[in-house]
Amino acid sequence: MKAKHQRLTLALLALGAILGASALAMSALKDQAAFFYAPGDVHGKPLPLDRHVRLGGMVEKGSIRRQGDGVSIRFVVTDGTATVPVAFRGVTPDLFKEGSGVVAEGRFQPDGSFVADNILAKHDERYMPPQAAGNMHETKTLEQ
Amino acid sequence: MIAEAGLAALWLATGFALMQVMLALGAARGADGKGASMVMKALRRVAIVQGLLALGAFGLLITLFVQSDMSVLLVIENSHSMKPLIYKIAGAWGNHEGSMLLWVTVLAVSGAGVALFEKRLATATLAATLGAQGAIAIGFYAFLAFASNPFVRVNPPPLDGRGLNPLLQDPGLAFHPPTLYLGYVGLSVAFSFAVGALLMRDVGPAFARAMRPWVLGAWIFLTIGITAGSYWAYYELGWGGWWFWDPVENASLMPWLAATALLHSVSVLATRDGLRAWTVMLAVVAFSMSMIGTFLVRSGILVSVHAFAVDPTRGTFILGLLGLYIGGALALFGARIGTVKQGATFELVSREGALVLNNLLLSVILGVVFIGTLYPLVAAAAGVQLSIGAPFFEKAAVPVGLALVAATACGPLLKWRRDQWRTLLGKLLAPVAVAGVIFAVAFALAGAEHWMALLALGLAAGLAVASVLPLVRRNLRRTPIAIWGMVVAHLGIAVSISGMAADSAFKSERLAAISVGQSVTVGPYRIELVEMRPVVGPNWSALEAHLKATRAGGTPFDLFPQQRFFANPPTNTNEAAIATKFDGQLYAVIGQGDGEGRWQLRLWWKPFVTLIWLGGALIALGGLLALIGRVRRERRDAENDA
Repeated sequence: MKAKHQRLTLALLALGAILGASALAMSALKDQAAFFYAPGDVHGKPLPLDRHVRLGGMVEKGSIRRQGDGVSIRFVVTDGTATVPVAFRGVTPDLFKEGSGVVAEGRFQPDGSFVADNILAKHDERYMPPQAAGNMHETKTLEQ
Repeated sequence: MIAEAGLAALWLATGFALMQVMLALGAARGADGKGASMVMKALRRVAIVQGLLALGAFGLLITLFVQSDMSVLLVIENSHSMKPLIYKIAGAWGNHEGSMLLWVTVLAVSGAGVALFEKRLATATLAATLGAQGAIAIGFYAFLAFASNPFVRVNPPPLDGRGLNPLLQDPGLAFHPPTLYLGYVGLSVAFSFAVGALLMRDVGPAFARAMRPWVLGAWIFLTIGITAGSYWAYYELGWGGWWFWDPVENASLMPWLAATALLHSVSVLATRDGLRAWTVMLAVVAFSMSMIGTFLVRSGILVSVHAFAVDPTRGTFILGLLGLYIGGALALFGARIGTVKQGATFELVSREGALVLNNLLLSVILGVVFIGTLYPLVAAAAGVQLSIGAPFFEKAAVPVGLALVAATACGPLLKWRRDQWRTLLGKLLAPVAVAGVIFAVAFALAGAEHWMALLALGLAAGLAVASVLPLVRRNLRRTPIAIWGMVVAHLGIAVSISGMAADSAFKSERLAAISVGQSVTVGPYRIELVEMRPVVGPNWSALEAHLKATRAGGTPFDLFPQQRFFANPPTNTNEAAIATKFDGQLYAVIGQGDGEGRWQLRLWWKPFVTLIWLGGALIALGGLLALIGRVRRERRDAENDA
């Protein structure tokens, strides 16, 4: 094979690979990207019911309620502007507690509540989801 | 005094790094003669001293942590006098500033290593390489000094520190970050080699042979670091998962993918003088991925389990460094690549062809992971908050990964330069048959639901067979160690993938709330909650569950998962109990009690999950064998030359 031909073949292969990767990534992105919401984002707006999303904020003080089966809980996520009630079945992570930052993965329900299939709390006790931090900051400024 | 000495050592090291760059420039100007060899000697010494100074600063930081010097801000925020010694030491890098100091130390020590041991590279290229390494170091010293100073003092000092996050109080912290960084930042050597070779127009087989051991070394540590991190997350986080596609995990996976591609393309360059431009590009990309990873982790810009407190100045600073070094290297690549001569050519059906395919597929996976990891940042800039999790990566990267497994099986069976389809297919008969049988059996057992995992299992079995074929009909005693290395590493890939596939297709999970005396079943096990009792550790107290697990026809054994309470800082953690059996692991987590005598119990039976990390260890071992083989051979060649 001549050098020129070889270079052409390799370039075409590389191009094909890049196109393939982009196509693959884009099609997966369309289905799988989970949008991030804070309670304030959905307050009084149409809910994104059709997809898997993340809800981030702080666990409202005094809101955690354990259910009868021993493995389900209900709690309220707040960002200082609005609240969303969340239901979850499972063992919550170590750093999940009232007044701490939390990210719930799951779906909104037509009644405005949220059913989580996964709860993330953060490794660092100083952690606050960036959006919640932003919203809280704004709320504080307004209060002042 | 110690903190001041540490800071002074860092500033001195910065001075030496600056000197390193100047001397390299001098060495590049003055071509030959006695003056040049003296400059070279000085350059080597300066690089070594720079490494020692950084190491000294890091040692001093550890000393501060061991002494619990509460006048130092970093110690206050991350340590406590009552903490066990090992976590005082490891706590030195369990925070932003300390881990950046470790990062820079590895960078400087890698440079010193090159100065000490690199004997094969052309003098001018070596000088340029050390200069590039020094230039990278200057930027990151500046980052330490201006945005992440680990030696800041506080006056008056508080009585005691806030303690280390209990999740980090684990032997994993002593092991995972240092090995990961040795690999991650060790790749800087490949980057500097590439810059040096481009500057001195020295891209060729000799350069590749010199670079190969350094790439291998970094890659081995990176493999160990990722494997250790995965196992640590698996047992510590108590979620039963071993890979979460967390942005920070991706940040370590991306350099690994690039380094794996580099490892293979550098072989083509060293052995057959092909893929010159591509290899140089990969060397630049690999360390660029390490720096991008550092940016992702240390800027706190992504929502991640590793993100420490968010600080925009740090992010901007690292972003500036990234632009400077990656942009600079790419510009140099663009300017000089025209002068890199076309290497040797080859047929598509050949070892080289297979290695090109390997590189393409690795690059595609790298591209997918890169898009998935950084897309949320792009979206955030456009005002949309979104996150990309496991489903995206599984859908987009796994199919390419499976194609790569198939390519890995073929590569070593092909001859260099040119081979025939027919011979390849003949050799592939046994692996394909094994793959088909395993897939069919697994399909019959598990059904169509997890067909992708079952396909992976079949392919892994085929790869396992194919990977040992290069040893067949060979005198095993006279087989070069490097060949053994390749066989072991490829076998490791097969072992690791079988573990992943078995876990995702066959695992069973159970969540229940039960009282003492009751039992639940998971997989083949019946698990009874025998009692709940309090226990006390060195700096924690815990509630421990005593579980008795029984398998039909087997002897019962006990599991003791705990809910630990740490006082400094006040935190609860879950300590999972894991029982390892020959055919998998039983994983138990105890959750909260409901106040009426019931306790949450989360159980997994994970068949053959241990193979994942065993495979990782085999991959690293294969790398080590290859490294030993290469170094021994180089030494023998050097003796023959002399």
